[in-house]
Amino acid sequence: MAGDLTRLTVHGLTEAYRGGEETPTRVVEAYLARIARLDGDLGAYLTVTGDTALAEARAAEARYRRHAARGPLDGVPVALKDVLCTVGVRTTCGSRILETFVPPYDATVVTRLRAAGAVLLGKTNMDEFAMGSSTEHSAFKPTRNPWDLARVPGGSSGGSAAAVAADLAAVALGTDTGGSIRQPAAFCGLVGFKPTYGRVSRYGLVAFASSLDQIGPLAKDVRDCALLLGVIAGHDRRDATSLTAPVPDYASALGGGARGLRIGVPREYFNEGVDPDVERSVRAAITVLRDLGATTTEISLPNTDYGIAVYYILAPAEASSNLARYDGVKYGLRVPGRDLIEMSGRTRAAGFGAEVKRRIMLGTYALSAGYYDAYYGRAQKVRTLVRRDFETAFANVDLIVAPTTPNVAFKHGEKEDPLAMYLNDVFTVPGNLAGIPAVSLRCGFSRDGLPIGLQLIGRPLEEATVLRAAYAYEQATPWLDRRPELP
Amino acid sequence: MIDRKDVEHVARLGRLALTERELERMRGELAAILEYIEKLRAVNVEGVEPTSHAVPVVNVMREDEVEPPSDHEMMMGNAPDRSGEFFRVPRIIED
Repeated sequence: MAGDLTRLTVHGLTEAYRGGEETPTRVVEAYLARIARLDGDLGAYLTVTGDTALAEARAAEARYRRHAARGPLDGVPVALKDVLCTVGVRTTCGSRILETFVPPYDATVVTRLRAAGAVLLGKTNMDEFAMGSSTEHSAFKPTRNPWDLARVPGGSSGGSAAAVAADLAAVALGTDTGGSIRQPAAFCGLVGFKPTYGRVSRYGLVAFASSLDQIGPLAKDVRDCALLLGVIAGHDRRDATSLTAPVPDYASALGGGARGLRIGVPREYFNEGVDPDVERSVRAAITVLRDLGATTTEISLPNTDYGIAVYYILAPAEASSNLARYDGVKYGLRVPGRDLIEMSGRTRAAGFGAEVKRRIMLGTYALSAGYYDAYYGRAQKVRTLVRRDFETAFANVDLIVAPTTPNVAFKHGEKEDPLAMYLNDVFTVPGNLAGIPAVSLRCGFSRDGLPIGLQLIGRPLEEATVLRAAYAYEQATPWLDRRPELP
Repeated sequence: MIDRKDVEHVARLGRLALTERELERMRGELAAILEYIEKLRAVNVEGVEPTSHAVPVVNVMREDEVEPPSDHEMMMGNAPDRSGEFFRVPRIIED
């Protein structure tokens, strides 16, 4: 029955724990066995923390026995993207330069997960420093898509997505700077949520692009997503950009239904670049939402087409500054040199992969004397226009519905050209530029049997509305019945 | 358009000791990306304020309280080279 145990949702697991039908120890043992059996093929994990996971499971088990469970995640096996600091557990960011780095503290989201009783199974693979859309840019190994091992799981949170989709974790955390939670969620058929910028503390998240990065859940269903978001959201004095707004009970708001919601359908997200299977599924999903009592109207987000160009100035510029800290002095790799400058140059040349170097170069160029106004300054202004597009739209609609990605999961090695890879994020990047919440959830399958992602985008801090519509849609459709065929 | 000299200059600024081959490849790739980014020139940004941060948060203050620091030995344990309590680096001051 081990296979069935790992299929349970978070809410299914905790119900079984409370009812005494299952124990966290048995469940964690089942997960560790499944990881040992399947992860050689999938490559979802970079580090598996089996011993501590079993100890945490036994502690959770004791709490259930005493009827002192800590809440909706107690005894639930969780995977963490390897960009989140974990005290005493190697945190590599998928990079050679941090291959041996052991953080002296936990990220705030990790502290919150531990306090909620979650069991940490391990750290998941990712594109190096979260730069990429396929997890092929990991310095250690590629991750494969559980629905088709020849295809990518998406990225950069591809290890977290593959782990949850293959039942190698009940739920996982990823990070989303330009789509890195939503795009892998779409490619792996999961629910992936990027919260409002500032909703979740980033203390202990290794920074990529600080004005865009957010942490969020990758889950098997909308309820699990709401439960995990409820645990990690909220103000943190250690992250000055975290918001003080109170955190609503996301899970209890799920039942509100879609009736009366005004949903905008942006015409720019249904262009000729969208795969016909994707367009058909998303259009059908819009009909379902209408049948559920929502009203839909066509809207325009006229600056959508500039999103990628803005992003590939701002994110590399911020990254070039954030990654300046990897100089071979305090932690990570060091390649010796005659002086500090030579040491640092050699260390970074040896420690960073091609994509990270490309972005450092691009960002450094965009910030360098003579180019700052033409690139960085201009991109910041166009970012304002992208943000205003959403503000204007949200004056008349409560939610925006769109495809998460123009296409389903592509094959390993298919996007060798960096720009082709970047363009895959065309529908997710605007949400990061605007700082607004957005979810991706399963809305059908392509002719090849690959999952398709539906994106629902909301107003700032209206996570509950996004989740409510997503839940209504999920409950009305049969998509969750299908699962990847794995041994 | 970005030329070889620009690429070498930027690599120096970014502290990346790139190989000949990397420099040449980087020139082509950066040129293609920058050409794509050129589309921003078509946008009228007259009078538009820049966005540096998606939510309006300014001057966040908090009490300056003493807390137990992170484990010193764990921090130093990550040092590629150390001398006691110090990170050791190549000499930067001549005798």
